[in-house]
Amino acid sequence: MSFEPKIVAFLCNWCSYAGADLAGVSRYKCAPNVMSIRLMCSGGLEPSFVLKAFKEGADGVLVCGCNLGDCHYTDGNYKTLMRMTLLKKLTEQLGIEEPRVRLQWVCASCAEDFTNAVNRITEDVRALGPYKKEKVEVESGKNT
Amino acid sequence: MAKLKLALYWAASCGGCEIAQLLIGDRILKLAEAADIVFWPVAIDAKYKDVEAMEDNSIDVCLFNGAIRNSEQEHMARMLRAKSKVMIAYGACACRGGIPGLGNLHNRQQIFDTVYRDTASTEKNGNIFPQPSYKAPEGELEIPVFYDTVSTLNQVVDVEYYIPGCPPEEKTTWLALEALIQGKLPPRGTVISHNVKAVCDDCSRKRDIKKIKKIHRTYEFIPEPEICLLEQGLLCVGVATRGGCGALCPQVSMPCTGCYGPVEGVIDQGAHFLSAVASVIDSKDEEEIRTILSDVRDPVGTCYRYSLPDSLVRRASIK
Ligand code: SF4
Ligand code: SF4
Ligand code: FES
Repeated sequence: MSFEPKIVAFLCNWCSYAGADLAGVSRYKCAPNVMSIRLMCSGGLEPSFVLKAFKEGADGVLVCGCNLGDCHYTDGNYKTLMRMTLLKKLTEQLGIEEPRVRLQWVCASCAEDFTNAVNRITEDVRALGPYKKEKVEVESGKNT
Repeated sequence: MAKLKLALYWAASCGGCEIAQLLIGDRILKLAEAADIVFWPVAIDAKYKDVEAMEDNSIDVCLFNGAIRNSEQEHMARMLRAKSKVMIAYGACACRGGIPGLGNLHNRQQIFDTVYRDTASTEKNGNIFPQPSYKAPEGELEIPVFYDTVSTLNQVVDVEYYIPGCPPEEKTTWLALEALIQGKLPPRGTVISHNVKAVCDDCSRKRDIKKIKKIHRTYEFIPEPEICLLEQGLLCVGVATRGGCGALCPQVSMPCTGCYGPVEGVIDQGAHFLSAVASVIDSKDEEEIRTILSDVRDPVGTCYRYSLPDSLVRRASIK
């Protein structure tokens, strides 16, 4: 069976979610591999959410916020930018290849940007294959 | 009251935890009044087979330090668990993986290649790696199997209490031992320490704006003595680390490296610290943000110095 990437997308309520919605209403062709989670603001995205997504089986994570300067809460997405910049360094060091984590600004009317971001991460991750961790010898199911 | 039976063991660790246990000084006499030590490889001559011969649950408390990196350590963790009523993870390695846990950035083959083949001082006479079993003329020899992944103690067996620190401070050790001697142990699962809040709560340095333009390393300058180190651009993990040590490191101008583990309620210490660092950067320019953060040279080693096996992704994936 061919590999279908599982992508988790975190979308802020005010721009990105609206942009994603518009992509649907406008019938853009968008890869069906994305499970979206709505946040009030991308600045509310704890880096641990991204790591948790990988832990729970995601092959890629897309984070979307308003364009810089347009965050509904003024500068939440600057926080996102700083966290994601550092987080990407960390995930790469953990062997999670760069294209698996993507930050994309999507404004409320940017249906096309959203579609492109989804299609791009899906294809990038498809080419990389599933995200898999190394063997863990002692598995007790604890501490999960 | 009958004397308690106490066992102490070391797994993947450095030996510092034993030193830390001895730091309680002459209070060890108080301990000896209340407890008999039935197993302690560093100090008394009891063998594995003696432990094997004990009844299940016949040891009252086991203080286990070190992470689980090979099959012998796993075996001993399981055996001591079965023999002990209460299992205590002692020190950062048992609690969170500790320094040996950084081995989870690599796998067995990579570590073996470095240690037994690539180091400059290794003789280049072929690829000779340790084998778990070997047929010598005198008979079959067995050594423990080295694992790809380092685990924390509670990823292997149930653990009742945690004593944090690398190694635990003497007062932290005594807090636990005193509770033990008096039979007043806290609820199961407690991390025993004097503070559940962050190291910053114990730290006398003044925090104020936390806006930095440059991340520094410790050797680059002598920090100002009264201002928070993070605000001076040093990556002090105190904001994301459980207090109780008394903020020892920042007191002497060294950034906290996080040895007491995450603060209460936080699952992933590294991700928590990463957020904290991101929030002190003073810039709204994408390029500048990248430049400032490029000075975080070793994000995993900084954020997860003692807790990689305990983190959400637990280990690196290797291509
Ligand atoms: S970040 Fe470090 S120096 Fe600053 S208050 Fe916290 S423990 Fe002290
Ligand atoms: S300041 Fe941090 S690194 Fe130093 S002893 Fe305390 S918890 Fe450990
Ligand atoms: S509301 Fe969209 S990024 Fe803050």
